[in-house]
Amino acid sequence: MNFDLARESDKLLMLLYGLIAFVVVVGGLILLLEVVPSWLEKRRIARRRPGKRTEGRLALFFLLPALLMVGIGLVVPAVRTTGLSFMDAGSDSWVGLANYHWMFAQDDIRRVLLNTMTWVVLVPLSATVIGLLYAVLVDRARFESIAKSLIFMPMAISFVGASIIWKFVYAFRGEGEEQIGLLNQIVMTFGGEPRQWLLDPPLNTLLLIVIMVWIQAGFAMVILSAAIKAIPGDIVEAARLDGVNAWQMFARVTLPSIRPALIVVVVTISIATLKVFDIVRTSTNGHYDTSVIANEMYLHAFPYGETGKGSALAVFLFVLVIPIVIYQIRNLRQQREG
Amino acid sequence: MGFSSRRPALAIAAAVGLVLSAAACGTDDSGGKSTADCGAYEQYEGHDGTSVEIYSSIREIEDERLQQSWEEFEECTGIDIEHEGSGEFEAQLPVRVDGGNAPDIAFIPQPGLIQRFAASGKAKPVSADTKTMAEANYTADWLRYGSVDGTLYGAPLGSNVKSFVWYSPTMFAEKGWQVPKSWDELLKLSDTIAADGTKPWCVGIESGDATGWPMTDWVEDMVLRVASPEVYDQWVNHEIAFNDPRIAESLDQAGRILKNEKYVNGGFGGVKSISTTSFQEAGVPITQGKCALHRQASFYANQWPENTKVAEDGDVFAFYFPAVDPSKGEPVLGGGEFVVAFADRPEVQAVQTYLASGLHANSRAKIGDWVSANKELDTANVANPIDRLSVEILQNPQTVFRFDASDVMPASVGAGTFWRGMVDWVNGNDTKGVLDGIESSWPK
Repeated sequence: MNFDLARESDKLLMLLYGLIAFVVVVGGLILLLEVVPSWLEKRRIARRRPGKRTEGRLALFFLLPALLMVGIGLVVPAVRTTGLSFMDAGSDSWVGLANYHWMFAQDDIRRVLLNTMTWVVLVPLSATVIGLLYAVLVDRARFESIAKSLIFMPMAISFVGASIIWKFVYAFRGEGEEQIGLLNQIVMTFGGEPRQWLLDPPLNTLLLIVIMVWIQAGFAMVILSAAIKAIPGDIVEAARLDGVNAWQMFARVTLPSIRPALIVVVVTISIATLKVFDIVRTSTNGHYDTSVIANEMYLHAFPYGETGKGSALAVFLFVLVIPIVIYQIRNLRQQREG
Repeated sequence: MGFSSRRPALAIAAAVGLVLSAAACGTDDSGGKSTADCGAYEQYEGHDGTSVEIYSSIREIEDERLQQSWEEFEECTGIDIEHEGSGEFEAQLPVRVDGGNAPDIAFIPQPGLIQRFAASGKAKPVSADTKTMAEANYTADWLRYGSVDGTLYGAPLGSNVKSFVWYSPTMFAEKGWQVPKSWDELLKLSDTIAADGTKPWCVGIESGDATGWPMTDWVEDMVLRVASPEVYDQWVNHEIAFNDPRIAESLDQAGRILKNEKYVNGGFGGVKSISTTSFQEAGVPITQGKCALHRQASFYANQWPENTKVAEDGDVFAFYFPAVDPSKGEPVLGGGEFVVAFADRPEVQAVQTYLASGLHANSRAKIGDWVSANKELDTANVANPIDRLSVEILQNPQTVFRFDASDVMPASVGAGTFWRGMVDWVNGNDTKGVLDGIESSWPK
């Protein structure tokens, strides 16, 4: 198709509007931030009163946009979703706990809950363990930075991209044809038969978990490696003088010292795992018993038009995340106090 | 300064571009306008300067052809039709409608979705003019899928015939095989082909987030044949259970082909390769002589490799998926989209009426690759042999037409557990377990 200036002109006009709007909004904000505090300041000086109250007003002024955003983007939808979860498919009438009852009564949804549990147990555990081992092993090694970038690289790939890469690893071609999948090639090298990896539960869920671990291990490694480097040299030296062996050094010195970082890593990965959606959707679409809560939530809320059930799944997911978040906040508080 | 000296050059370039594009437009326009006879559009006139927004799942080349088909209408009536095709149509349309941003018209391929919008009062019933036009041009079989509780919400537009088995006429002629006329003959033919050393059937049901749908078509075709169109209607409307013994029997009959390692899956492997073979690639082994039969809708004509001749005497063609007992009539499974309006402005209704007319059906058919059940459609305007066969079947008064059940059922079944259940079934789960599972998922 040729580029047709006349045809595209309204798009260009749109672009121009966008730019103008951007300038107006940003300029306006800067102006506001400049004008309002100085106006409050002037008033304070004019009235010659000590500035406690105006400071409160100033704080409110700065907090307001954030509160508004959180309100519109988080609080209102959360409340509304919770409400919808007690209503029927078309959100017309109240059905009480029916959607929640459905969630636990339906065989395939129970399967979905089980799958999500498998994910939440295995991913943070494996990713953290692998990341930790790697961080300890490459610490002060010769090619540390190269070795670290290698395992950190998957972090830069989107979940969808990673799933497509791994789809090729697990790929299967019919009998008599050349196999293009890495895994099948490896199996064949050792004399095995090629197979369709993503077809049979529970193996397929485990194979999908591998993708997530591949992405998250890099994250765990970077945080933990930084924490290891931050262990004060004198502790390490003292331990050395006391004659610890490598294992004792790891278990008694390294591990306790990096505990806060370890908790952050496990919590962050756990939450990411609870919400996992892209990998399952890209790899199997939730077929072959691999579906997880987030995938089922999307399917019910949008393509199926079962708003009530979709919302119930969303609320359930939310409830599952809450204890993890509370644990994380409590830990942070303890650290600050201690 | 370099800046000022560069400017005239830019201006000239822009001007040249404008002139060129204007010239291109000019040739287009003169071609359309001088030949256009606006007499046929008289009844749609009086809405000059208005515009109608249409939203659908039709994209790319099909989108261009569609826009071309109503160009004359736009010129004569002055109604500007803005069409937007989206790959996420089914998920996005409810979001747009519920969010108060509904298009004027949507081409909805799922009667189930029409019911949803009708129930919520968002879809508008068609005008009296559209109704008259639709009733004149479409059979009652078709119109009831665009209606909810007797009120028509949309006339059909494009259609497709799903009860087709693709084969290679050249291969059949070489081997001396005959096109089967009944289910038994089809099984016999499959045995003959299997004995010849080729797996007769190739099947693929992988289709991204819609994986499983080709298998639901198989089952629906079998229900129409093994049970009856009446049982089919009851099944679709959930007047009988999803796991009714007659449905189980139909599924088991389908299993005689689909779960038979001797019959499938030519060119791809065994039965288990079905669920991971994409439906686009599934029939291609026919052109390589690796399989002989592929059951898929008329629109599969667009999936063959380049330079494959699709004709009765060509490389590939399709025959009607035979009935179990042809003496009881020949059921046809199909699909299509309906022109449903969310606004009742007069220009929207004019477009709706126009799209139900023979005028549009023939205009669209002339551009190519299109099938409609519109009775006014002249088969002479349908160039493609498989499309012509489809139109002939749809226009045949003997045809007992039924709409794709998975599009009529509630989406959580028709686009959810039914698809998924079929994937599980072909991967080895038993008929009873799968049907029981789908039945329990039916929204109450």
